[in-house]
Amino acid sequence: MAGKNKSIGNRERFLRRYKEQVRDAVRRAIDGRSIRDIERAEDIAIPRKDITEPQFQHGPGGARDTVHPGNTEYLQGDRIPRPQGGVGSGGSKASNSGSGDDDFLFTLSKEEFLQLFFEDLALPHLLRTQIGGNPQWRSHRAGLTQLGPLNNLSVIRSMRGALGRRIAVGRVARLALDEARAQLRALEQPDVVGQQDPGRVLVLQEEIRLQEQRLRRIPYLDPIDMRFRNRVRVPVPCSKAVMFCLMDVSGSMDLQRKNLAKRFFILLYLFLTRQYNEIDMVFIHHHTQAQEVDEEAFFHSTETGGTVVSSALVLMRQIILARYPSDDWNIYGAQASDGDNFSDDSSRCRDLLADGILPLVRYFAYVQVVEDEQKLWTEYQRLAAEHANFALGKTTAVDQIYPVFRNLFRKEEASTWD
Amino acid sequence: MGLNAPLPVLARAPTPLPATSDWTFELIDRYHEVIRLAAERHGLDTYPNQLEIISSEQMMDAYASLGMPVNYRHWSYGKEFIATEKRYRRGYMGLAYELVINANPCTTYLMEENTTVMQALVIAHAAYGHNSFFKGNYLFRMWTDASSIIDYLVYARNYVAECEERHGLGAVETLLDSCHALANFGVDRYRRPSRRTLAQEIAQRQAREAHAQQQVNELWRTLPVGEERAKSSPAAWHFPSEPQENILYFFEKSAPLLEPWQREVIRIVRKVAQYFYPQRQTQVMNEGWATFWHHRLLNSLYDEGHLGDGAMLEWMTSHTNVIYQPPTGHPAYAGINPYALGFAMYTDLRRICEQPSEEDRAWFPDIASSPWLPTLDYAMRNYKDESFIGQFLSPRLMREMRLFAIRDDELQSKLEVTAIHDTAGYQQLRQCLSQQYDLGTREPNIQIWRVNLRGDRALTLRHTQHRNRPLSDSSIEVLRHASRLWGFSVTLESVDDAGTVTRTWTVDAPI
Repeated sequence: MAGKNKSIGNRERFLRRYKEQVRDAVRRAIDGRSIRDIERAEDIAIPRKDITEPQFQHGPGGARDTVHPGNTEYLQGDRIPRPQGGVGSGGSKASNSGSGDDDFLFTLSKEEFLQLFFEDLALPHLLRTQIGGNPQWRSHRAGLTQLGPLNNLSVIRSMRGALGRRIAVGRVARLALDEARAQLRALEQPDVVGQQDPGRVLVLQEEIRLQEQRLRRIPYLDPIDMRFRNRVRVPVPCSKAVMFCLMDVSGSMDLQRKNLAKRFFILLYLFLTRQYNEIDMVFIHHHTQAQEVDEEAFFHSTETGGTVVSSALVLMRQIILARYPSDDWNIYGAQASDGDNFSDDSSRCRDLLADGILPLVRYFAYVQVVEDEQKLWTEYQRLAAEHANFALGKTTAVDQIYPVFRNLFRKEEASTWD
Repeated sequence: MGLNAPLPVLARAPTPLPATSDWTFELIDRYHEVIRLAAERHGLDTYPNQLEIISSEQMMDAYASLGMPVNYRHWSYGKEFIATEKRYRRGYMGLAYELVINANPCTTYLMEENTTVMQALVIAHAAYGHNSFFKGNYLFRMWTDASSIIDYLVYARNYVAECEERHGLGAVETLLDSCHALANFGVDRYRRPSRRTLAQEIAQRQAREAHAQQQVNELWRTLPVGEERAKSSPAAWHFPSEPQENILYFFEKSAPLLEPWQREVIRIVRKVAQYFYPQRQTQVMNEGWATFWHHRLLNSLYDEGHLGDGAMLEWMTSHTNVIYQPPTGHPAYAGINPYALGFAMYTDLRRICEQPSEEDRAWFPDIASSPWLPTLDYAMRNYKDESFIGQFLSPRLMREMRLFAIRDDELQSKLEVTAIHDTAGYQQLRQCLSQQYDLGTREPNIQIWRVNLRGDRALTLRHTQHRNRPLSDSSIEVLRHASRLWGFSVTLESVDDAGTVTRTWTVDAPI
């Protein structure tokens, strides 16, 4: 019975079967939950009657005899009042999933909760970033090769190879040399000096010279000895993302509108945490001027004044260029506003986005927290028609955020950007 | 078995085995060894044993999949797992200490949370008690093939997974739902299946699939039947010619619209249900036997000096909890505890053999004063719950348990006590309790009755009421499952004792 989590397959099937109920429960949970702890397990209740497995069984009624233990008072022929659903039930098989009509409660793990939450959403271009035109490469060692640039030469491995080759190739010559030297030494023994055959000595000396020459001719280092450290380049999926949150904090953005924007940002943030290991967040708020702030100030500071949206876009571009080269970072932008803008500024925003920002970012989403369409909206609509990585949506109540979010980040193949 | 009495112990152990709360594999081995020797001295005949340690999660896992270590995937097992896990985590229920698989070799799963002494208890209970029961009892010998069940389940899981891949999760799931609804009616109650190995199973499946669809049977004949023949035998139009009790088998063989793989899945569910059929009929006997033997074996270990007093007290506490029988009216009362009844009956049987009273001699002339080992062995091998109680429940035990029988008749305003533990009531009490364990009366009797061959191919099922007991309201749901398998409309008739149809349910053909 090896392995943990063996019934995970069964659990998945269970969740799949009751997906509708579970999904409803998840939706209710998101509505009721404060955003900060959205990433939490969730208790799900399913009406028990929905999940019972029917069987042919005896129902109540008819006649049945049952035997019970522990008689203390009855005699044969006694008549006793019928208890409510009690004693008489010994004959029928009790359901093992408990009794009563109470709900079947179980806990959805954090992962399952988010899985449902983000169901069939995927960030556009994500696949392309990870598999296709990969901007990042990492090289790592992959053994040795016989060809390569000299600066990769592995001296030790090359010399070891050369030594082996020299020993192997010179074996015949060395044996002959040793043989000749031994013979010569025998001839030069004092007791045989004088009886030696001078011709024979000369022959041996010649032989020795020849073999030494042969040995010298073996190259010390041959091209076939060369070994080079091999390095291969492997694509690294870029796992870093930066998310820009742009929000209007001018006087017209009241707390409720900010809250809507905040929920949208948090959804995006949660979604990104599922895709990337490392996420930077940059908060830019603006009225007539844009400013980079921390999260606390972003959501809670109150500023007043007019609205110049382009100031935030300018600042975003500056920050991207300064800190987040788009080769290394997957850049996402999310902008929330009530649509108010200084009259001439909207077309400038469009130009800024089209030329300065959209080429750098993977995705830019604009969400408007009021219904009426002003200049900014119409300009952005034109932009959305031209750029696939730009999307916009409108939301005026908390419960509309999710659909808008879904629409914005709908799976790419199924999408038509509006 | 062949032993008339336990063999004597050769030498008394000088010191008891350590009874630390944390077990080690080495310690379990030592306990297992002395338990094995004790079991041998008592002549217990078992399959080879295989002990495995599992975690609580794995235990719950096995709970959820019908107590088997491997099974095909289905959402209901997931539901069961979730429910079990929740009850366990909240402390509403403890898990069984052990799980034992009727297989050869017999696999016993020990929970890692158990203490050393508990592991010893579990080994004696499962690896020797249940194991010898699986090997000896006639129902298990006849119906289940211990050597191939794990292989078969592996095959089943792979086959179902393959079907899921090929036909989609949804299609397989609805099919399994329908099969599960009828699983209890997918067993052969009387006919004995032939034994097959995995290889044969696969080869035969392929052969079946190839031919099943080509088969033309009487039902779906498209060629016109000769006029004379049709006239001459109107009975031939009654299909099936006899009522069929194995509903799933009938669907597997005769449902016209099923694909070959669907027939195979039905077959798998049927086989698994069949495998568990003996277990459902021998609950009291099986648990009683295992409890009796852990009690006997551990006591004999104590006598031989292997167990100390502390260890004895520890397992005895657990043993007493297991065989506790709350009396009627007690908040914890939930029917008769099979452990309690079974243990009491085997113990009583031994007493009848060893120290029979006059009453016992009158009731059990053939076993009073006989050697107890062969008598118990005989009882274990040749009975099921129903007949075991009918044969061996003694008046003395009825008195000890203070049994009484109640008749619940809806025509009467009050319940009637029909028998108590006195001379007038013994026979009736025993018969009544014996029937209570008869699957035939516990489950409604529903059979395939006929198929409308000339019209819409509607199927009629017939429920024969047992003492006018009606079917529960969930029947209509089950009927929907039946019509999904059959492919056409299905009607269920409920027939009372007098043979008149009192109620019918009809489900239209699935779209």
